[in-house]
Amino acid sequence: MQALTQRSKIVSNKKMTFLERIYLPAILGGVVITIKHMFQRSATVRYPEKEREFSEIYRGQHVLKRDDNGAERCTACGLCAVSCPAEAITMVAEERKKGEEKLYREEKYAATYEINMLRCIFCGLCEEACPKEAIFLTDRIVVTDYGRDSFIYGKDKLVEPIDQRVDVSKRQTKEVLEFKKQKQLTHNK
Amino acid sequence: MAKVTIDGVEIEVPDGTTILNAARQIGGASVPPAMCYYSSLKGSGGKCRVCLVKVAQGSAKDPRPMPKLVASCSTNVMDGMVVQNLTSPEVLEARKGVVEFLLINHPLDCPVCDQAGECDLQNLAYEHGAAKTRYEEDRRTFEKIDIGDKIKLHMTRCILCYRCTMVADQLTEKRVHGVMNRGDASEISTYISKAVDNDFSGNMIDVCPVGALTDKTFRFKSRVWFTKPLDAHRNCTKCSGKVVLWMKDDEVLRVSARKDQYGEVKEFICNECRYDHKTLADWTVEGPRHIDRSSVIAQNHYEKIDLSTLKKEIDRQIEFQKGKPVPAPKTLAQ
Repeated sequence: MQALTQRSKIVSNKKMTFLERIYLPAILGGVVITIKHMFQRSATVRYPEKEREFSEIYRGQHVLKRDDNGAERCTACGLCAVSCPAEAITMVAEERKKGEEKLYREEKYAATYEINMLRCIFCGLCEEACPKEAIFLTDRIVVTDYGRDSFIYGKDKLVEPIDQRVDVSKRQTKEVLEFKKQKQLTHNK
Repeated sequence: MAKVTIDGVEIEVPDGTTILNAARQIGGASVPPAMCYYSSLKGSGGKCRVCLVKVAQGSAKDPRPMPKLVASCSTNVMDGMVVQNLTSPEVLEARKGVVEFLLINHPLDCPVCDQAGECDLQNLAYEHGAAKTRYEEDRRTFEKIDIGDKIKLHMTRCILCYRCTMVADQLTEKRVHGVMNRGDASEISTYISKAVDNDFSGNMIDVCPVGALTDKTFRFKSRVWFTKPLDAHRNCTKCSGKVVLWMKDDEVLRVSARKDQYGEVKEFICNECRYDHKTLADWTVEGPRHIDRSSVIAQNHYEKIDLSTLKKEIDRQIEFQKGKPVPAPKTLAQ
């Protein structure tokens, strides 16, 4: 039969030498490797006592940002949901009533906004699609739980508390900031 | 009969046909876009200037080119006319400029607007327009107006195509809304804020190419790409009863008339069909509506097609992979 690849090795059944037959050098070699590793730095950390440092662009639990005045930025446009490859995001929109201008920035807002964290693959496409800079992935870890229902995160877990803002400034690249400046010049008047 | 050549394709059409309609008979990519022309409304067209084309040869008798670009929706063909649309860089440049003009006062509120996803201006801007605006002045602003209890008017989004006033003029008996003022101050207005209450007034929602006139019963209910369009009909005494139901689960969120491949409604529907029958039991469902693959509404949208059209589509995709110029996917539409 013709070989499928060029990489196959031909197995030989040659006789072992005396040194190979007593196995001792091989065993000693193994012990040396073990002892060497005892003096090397461990590759793991003892979580949860110690936490590993995150990359600045680590993609963890989402946050729904508020603007500088504390109003929710999300306008329920649905672009995050349509861009989501795992179909983890659902939302229901509602019209802003008079007197709610301080709560919601646009005339439409997300009455419910849910992300199924078990479906989410943390790809960050929702963040990329968002035209309102409302959703960001942060360096927070989605905590474990026992039931599936508790992984459907609603607005109570996603929207940032007004007194505990989540810093996402490092997630905005130079290009994004430049684009934002452009937008402020023209559309946000 | 007159023989015309549009982008190198020759076709014979009856005298009095406009260049746009002749191009539509050829079909494909060289059909000029149109924002104000509407084949079923008399007198429409000539306002938005999006359909500008170049006439390289006026007619067989007088082969001189026309001095300026002409609006193809309101220029009739002549025998021996040679028209350039996509083949003329001048046309593409002019169209880009027209799109920029249309967008000058149009707000960037697509994330809020209910029309987003099925908006002609959005598609046009995506295909022809620049991503940035050079306009630095203030956009014109208006208060939102309720036209009757079913239609919402966002005057800021209006591009003044006059289609809705023609619907009011031609489909309904007494006209109660029109365009007031002139130039950049013009705006759609109901006659002394009188509500539009005739039977076919809802069609002004369908003819609006942008989100200026939207269905209040559908307002902010769902984005169009999360709804599933179904063709359906019912026995209606006032209209043909042929509609599209926009479903979310088992709920009918919106009823609209059927639009053809150029976004035009051929059979207008009455307000009773549009607003008062929002249960599935009222309708005989024909099947999923055909949605073009390029539309965002085609997300998770499945429809039954026969094998020959499927084969054509696969062949088209293979040609595309080879990097050859591909004819527009009009095969699935019929």
